[in-house]
Amino acid sequence: MKYATEFRDGKLARKIAAAIDAECTPDRSYTFMEFCGGHTHTIARYGLEEMLPKSIRLVHGPGCPVCVLPVGRVDSAIELARDHGVILCSYGDMMRVPGSHRMSLLRAKAAGADIRMVWSTLDALKIARENPDREVAFLAIGFETTTPPTAMALKIAKAERLTNFSIFCNHVLTPAAMRAILDGESLPLQGIIGPGHVSAVIGIEPYQEFADRGQAIVVAGFEPLDLLQAILMLTRQVNEGRPRVENAYVRALPAVGNPKAREVIAETLQLRGAFEWRGLGRLPDSALRVADDYADFDAELKFQLPYRAVPDPKSCACADVVRGLKRPEQCPLFGRTCTPDEPIGSCMVSSEGGCAAHWLYGRHRNKAAA
Amino acid sequence: MNEQPRRRDTRLFPRPLDIANGRVDMTHGGGGRAMAQLVSEIFGQAFDNEFLSQGNDMAVMPPADGRLVMSTDGYVISPLFFPGGDIGSLAVHGTINDVAMSGATPLYLSASFIIEEGLPLADLRRIVLSMADASRAAGVPIVTGDTKVVERGKADGVFISTAGVGVLADGLEIGGDRIQEGDAILVSGSIGDHGIAILSKRENLDFETAIESDSAPLHRMIRAMVEAEPEIHCLRDPTRGGLAATLNELANQSGVGLVLEEEALPIKPAVRGACELLGIDPLGVANEGKLLAFCPKDKAEALLAVMQAAPFGSDAAIIGHVVADPLKLVRLETSFGSERVVEWLNGEQLPRIC
Repeated sequence: MKYATEFRDGKLARKIAAAIDAECTPDRSYTFMEFCGGHTHTIARYGLEEMLPKSIRLVHGPGCPVCVLPVGRVDSAIELARDHGVILCSYGDMMRVPGSHRMSLLRAKAAGADIRMVWSTLDALKIARENPDREVAFLAIGFETTTPPTAMALKIAKAERLTNFSIFCNHVLTPAAMRAILDGESLPLQGIIGPGHVSAVIGIEPYQEFADRGQAIVVAGFEPLDLLQAILMLTRQVNEGRPRVENAYVRALPAVGNPKAREVIAETLQLRGAFEWRGLGRLPDSALRVADDYADFDAELKFQLPYRAVPDPKSCACADVVRGLKRPEQCPLFGRTCTPDEPIGSCMVSSEGGCAAHWLYGRHRNKAAA
Repeated sequence: MNEQPRRRDTRLFPRPLDIANGRVDMTHGGGGRAMAQLVSEIFGQAFDNEFLSQGNDMAVMPPADGRLVMSTDGYVISPLFFPGGDIGSLAVHGTINDVAMSGATPLYLSASFIIEEGLPLADLRRIVLSMADASRAAGVPIVTGDTKVVERGKADGVFISTAGVGVLADGLEIGGDRIQEGDAILVSGSIGDHGIAILSKRENLDFETAIESDSAPLHRMIRAMVEAEPEIHCLRDPTRGGLAATLNELANQSGVGLVLEEEALPIKPAVRGACELLGIDPLGVANEGKLLAFCPKDKAEALLAVMQAAPFGSDAAIIGHVVADPLKLVRLETSFGSERVVEWLNGEQLPRIC
C-alpha cells in the first residue's frame, strides 16, 4: 500500500492546492482536459475540483474505453456471442454497456449466450484450451494500456496453434483522440493531463505534436496528489507561455515507455484505415485491427462481422460529454432515465465514465454541503 | 438430545454408502431406499438431535417465552469450500445472524438441500459435518430438513436453504426503521474479509492471500449487547453489497443521513491491498460475520466495550454518526480530507458470494 496511500495525503494536497492558487494569475482562466477516465474517477472521488481556485476548469475527456465504443461495435459483440455460438470473453466493464434495443452482453447472457467475464486475456486463452470443440473470442477494448495483453494473446495463440481462438479487436489510440478533440468543436483548451499508464507503453514523445500546437501537456499518475501536481505544472506552463510535454509520473514512467510492448503490438496488430468513436465520429488511423499475419485469429474476418453504424440513443449527450462540451448533469437523461443501474449512454456504465463518476461522487456534493 | 449417535440399520441398508468414492446420483433424490440411506447416513448421523429423531416431516417444539422471530436465506456460494469456511457453516451462521439481528435468541434451524447429480459424497459429508459443527458450536440445532437431487448442470454442486426461528424478549424494539439523528454507528470488526477470501479462490482469479472469510455466528455478541444496552436502535449484518449497500438501505428505511469516517473503518491491510489491486471499494465487499449497530451517542462507548469483549468483536469500532438529511445520503469523510457520497454498488463483479 506504500506508494499509493502516501499519494493520498490530504495535508500535502492542500499545500499543492495553495501553490496552484498562488500560481493562478488573477482574471485569467485556465481550462485543462483530463483525458483519461481513470483521472476523471480520481477527481470525482476525492473532490479535487472543490480544492481548486475558480479560475481553473477541468474538462472530462474521452479516455474511458467503454465510453468511446460505438453502439455498432457493442451490437457486433452481442451478435458474435448470440448468433455464432461463440464463447465470448469480456472484461467486466463491458457487460452492461447498452447496444441497440437496450440489449447488452449481460442481457444476452441471461438470454442464453455464452459470455464469460474474465480478468485477463490469459483467462480467455485458458478457456479456449479447455473447450477445443468451441470457438472462443476475446472482446478486446481499451487504449494503449490494455493493448499489450491482447498482442501477447495473439502471439501465444499462434505459437500454440489455437485454431478455436480469435480476437474481436477494438483497441483505440490516445493521440488520435486528442487530435480529434483539438481539431473539432470543443472548449478552448490550454492544457491536457496525459494518462500515465498509456505513456507507460507509448512514452511521452507522441504528445510533442500537441505541445507544438500550443497545448501544455503533463503526463500524470492516478492518485490525487499526482493530479494536483500535474495541474500545478500545467498552470506554470501556461503562465510561462512555454507549452511542452512534461512527465509528472517519474516514479513509474520512463519517458521512453515500453519499447518491448510496442514491438509485440507492431508485430500482431496494425492500424485501421478509420474507426468510429462514440462522440468523435470516424477518425482516420485511430484504432488497431489484427495484423494480416495473424488474420486467422481475427474474429471480424472469421465470423464475417460487418460494421454497422448505429446512431446514439436520442437525447443522450455522451457524444458531447466525451468532448467536454457538456457536463454530465447537462444531459437531459442524466439521473432520470439514465443511471448506473439502467445506463442508456456509455458514459454512465464504467466508473471511469464522466457521467457515472459524477453520479457516484459528485451529484450530491453541492446539496450535501448546503 | 439422544446420547447415542444413530447406527446404520444393516437390515434396511446392507451396504454402507461409499463415501470415499461415491457420488450423488438421481436415485438419492428419488424417494426410495437410496434416498433414505443418504438421509440417514449423512444427514441424520451428523445433525442428530431430539427433534430430528422424531422422524417426521416436521419437528414439534415446546412453547417459547416471547415473540417468535423467523428468517430464511438461500446459499449458492461458489466455491463450496473457501478459506475460513464452506457453504455449510455459512448456511448456519447466516441464518442465525439474520434471526439475531432483531435482538432475538435463535432457537432452531431448518435446512433444505438442492444437490446436483454428481456431487462427490465426500464433499456432501464434509459440508454436512461442517454444518453440524457450526450448529452445535452455536447451540442452535437443525430440527428438520429436506433433500432434492437435480440433474447435472441444473445446479452447481449444492444449494442450501436454511430457515431459523428465535424468540424475542419483551421490551426490545430493534429495526432498520428506528435509527435516529444523533445515533452512533458501530461495526463489530474488520470489513471485506469474506468477499476478498471468496474472490481469491475464484477459478479465474487465483491470488495468494492469507485472508479468511469472517463467517461467524453473532448471536452471543448480540445477547451481551442487548443485555448491556437495551436502547440499541438497529442491528444489521452487512453481507452482500457490503457496508455501502446496507447503510444505504438503512438510511432509506429510517429516513436519515449517515456519515462515516474513513480513518475509523477497520480494514485489514491485506484486504485493503487486494481491493486496491482489483479496483474495488472495501465498502462494497461482503461480510458474513460482522454487524452494524446504531445506538444513542452517549451509550456508544459502553456498547463498544461490550462488543470488544464478546466473541468475534475484538476489532469493533465506532465508525460514524447519524444526521438529519432529507436526501438520505451515506457520506464518507475521507482521510484525504474531502467528502464523498457512498453509493450502492452494481455488484455483478461478485456473483454468488453467499
